[in-house]
Amino acid sequence: MLKIDELKVSYGGIEAVKGITFEVPERKIVTLIGANGAGKSTTLRTIAGLVKPAHGCIHLQGEDITSLSPDRIVSKGLTLVPEGRRVFPDLTVLENLKIGAYLRTDSLEDDLNWVYDLFPRLKERSWQAAGTLSGGEQQMLAVGRALMSRPKIIMMDEPSLGLAPIVVKGIFDIIQEINRQGVTVLLIEQNANMALKIADVGYVLETGRISLTGSGRELLANEAVKKAYLGS
Amino acid sequence: MLEKKRVNTGALLSLFGAVAALALVILLENTIGPTGQLFTVLKKGAVYALVAVSMNLLNGFTGLFSLGQAGFMLLGAYTYAILTVPVAAKDTVYYLYGGSAVKFSLPDLFAGIFGDGMLSLTLGVLVAIVLGGLVAAFFAWLIGLPVLRLKSDYLAIATLGFAEIIRAVFQWQALGPITNGANMITQIPTFSSFNIKTESGTIYLSSAFPMLIMILCLAVIVMLINSSYGRAFKAIREDEIAAEAMGINLPHHKMLSFCISSFFAGVGGALFAMYASNAQAMVYTSTMTYEILLIVVIGGIGSISGSVIATFLYVACSEWWLRGLDSGSFLGIQSDLFRNGFRMVVFSVVIMIVVLFFRRGIMGDREITDLFKKRPRKAAKEAVK
Repeated sequence: MLKIDELKVSYGGIEAVKGITFEVPERKIVTLIGANGAGKSTTLRTIAGLVKPAHGCIHLQGEDITSLSPDRIVSKGLTLVPEGRRVFPDLTVLENLKIGAYLRTDSLEDDLNWVYDLFPRLKERSWQAAGTLSGGEQQMLAVGRALMSRPKIIMMDEPSLGLAPIVVKGIFDIIQEINRQGVTVLLIEQNANMALKIADVGYVLETGRISLTGSGRELLANEAVKKAYLGS
Repeated sequence: MLEKKRVNTGALLSLFGAVAALALVILLENTIGPTGQLFTVLKKGAVYALVAVSMNLLNGFTGLFSLGQAGFMLLGAYTYAILTVPVAAKDTVYYLYGGSAVKFSLPDLFAGIFGDGMLSLTLGVLVAIVLGGLVAAFFAWLIGLPVLRLKSDYLAIATLGFAEIIRAVFQWQALGPITNGANMITQIPTFSSFNIKTESGTIYLSSAFPMLIMILCLAVIVMLINSSYGRAFKAIREDEIAAEAMGINLPHHKMLSFCISSFFAGVGGALFAMYASNAQAMVYTSTMTYEILLIVVIGGIGSISGSVIATFLYVACSEWWLRGLDSGSFLGIQSDLFRNGFRMVVFSVVIMIVVLFFRRGIMGDREITDLFKKRPRKAAKEAVK
């Protein structure tokens, strides 16, 4: 569904992503794992159009989206949940969700209900300013907001960042639930253990290159991965 | 469903308030007569309120800190003045340049179609005001192309620079046949031109006219802010990266906000020319922008009703209640301290107090209609049901 070919990205002369090629099959959960500075976030930001690549191309359902602006990419069905949640703190939960659906002109009723069903907590707080939510609730809101654009692929940048383990588990359950309902997920995580457990396909990214590929289970069992990312 | 109802109560309340205020102004002006400080305050207040809200739209709602308001007002004021000087008066107004290069006048054009009278005057004035706004918006678009790539302080400096440049350009001798150089353009239709003379006396509408224009413009701005565009503006203010990731086209929306804000600043400038009964470049200095900024900060950044309330308070203080501070005696106290400029000292102290202790201004980012709405907690409970 999503194909990345020989992608290279540089920030002011320094190459952060050094030519990676990978694929996200439809209706699967794919994860990129790797240490700090491996180029995970850069990869997602480039796919979302927030950063322009130096080389390579990105295809979504056969269509080249490499040079499109972020809003065009969102309207093609690819939405990013940015790192660190980034909800709009002074706007209400409902307003946040509506902004997620900004590019849509059809009725939002069904999708609002869908998101509220996935996250009943958001419904309770729909008139509350997003900045007053707890970290976990803000992450739910960030995911819900992205879902409001009715994406075919949702990309998540470190959804577990700064959250308590029990909350992280809740978020990962939701990710699986979203996937079951037909949304393809591209997930990047430092919490490799959690991510690989739910992933159909995993890629290990090391200093801008993909060093290992396999199913989530295979990678979990891989000695090198264990040593480097799972701490055992 | 619930939300729609909430918006409607707010809109109804605002509409009711606006109509009541307008009726009160007309009533007052026709009973106690159009002279007196109150009406100066109402007229100038209406003009400033519009400009303050236009600045708030950009600074408070979109988060773009611009200081070009006076420049855009100047564009509006001159566009209005140049297009409305009666053809018969052009030679006297532009006597230094041997007449004007603009050979027509909008009210006269309409008079050619509809005959001499209120209708032609009103149409001519309204078209000139709108054109004033459009010219300001066009210039905003032009300078927005390079300038909107800048952020925060840099944007403020660039727009401030633009306002100063435009002021100098309009005083340039070479443009004399159009702008009358450094001289003011006079003899233009003013607010008082809208007083209707009948056989039994005069119906005074000179304060109602600017109030009406202000109310109409504010209604448009409020609708804009409550639309999905308004939400996009707020999203940009809160977090540009997240807004972009949600598919909001940043350059496009920033430009839109900048042009709309400048449009209304231009309309405000045209009204200011009517208020002052002339257009003169040297009035639209950065001091004027700071005055507007002061109002926006006192009223609450991100609150339209706050800006309006603060405007009328500020204008009432500077034109009426605190006049004595500049002229020797205030509240019966005589002092040598009370001389020219002391008013500004008081304002400076007020702004310091506001910034130190009431950082969110009178209204914060709430609106006056919020006071009449259900408490959020209660509303949230009902939404769950």
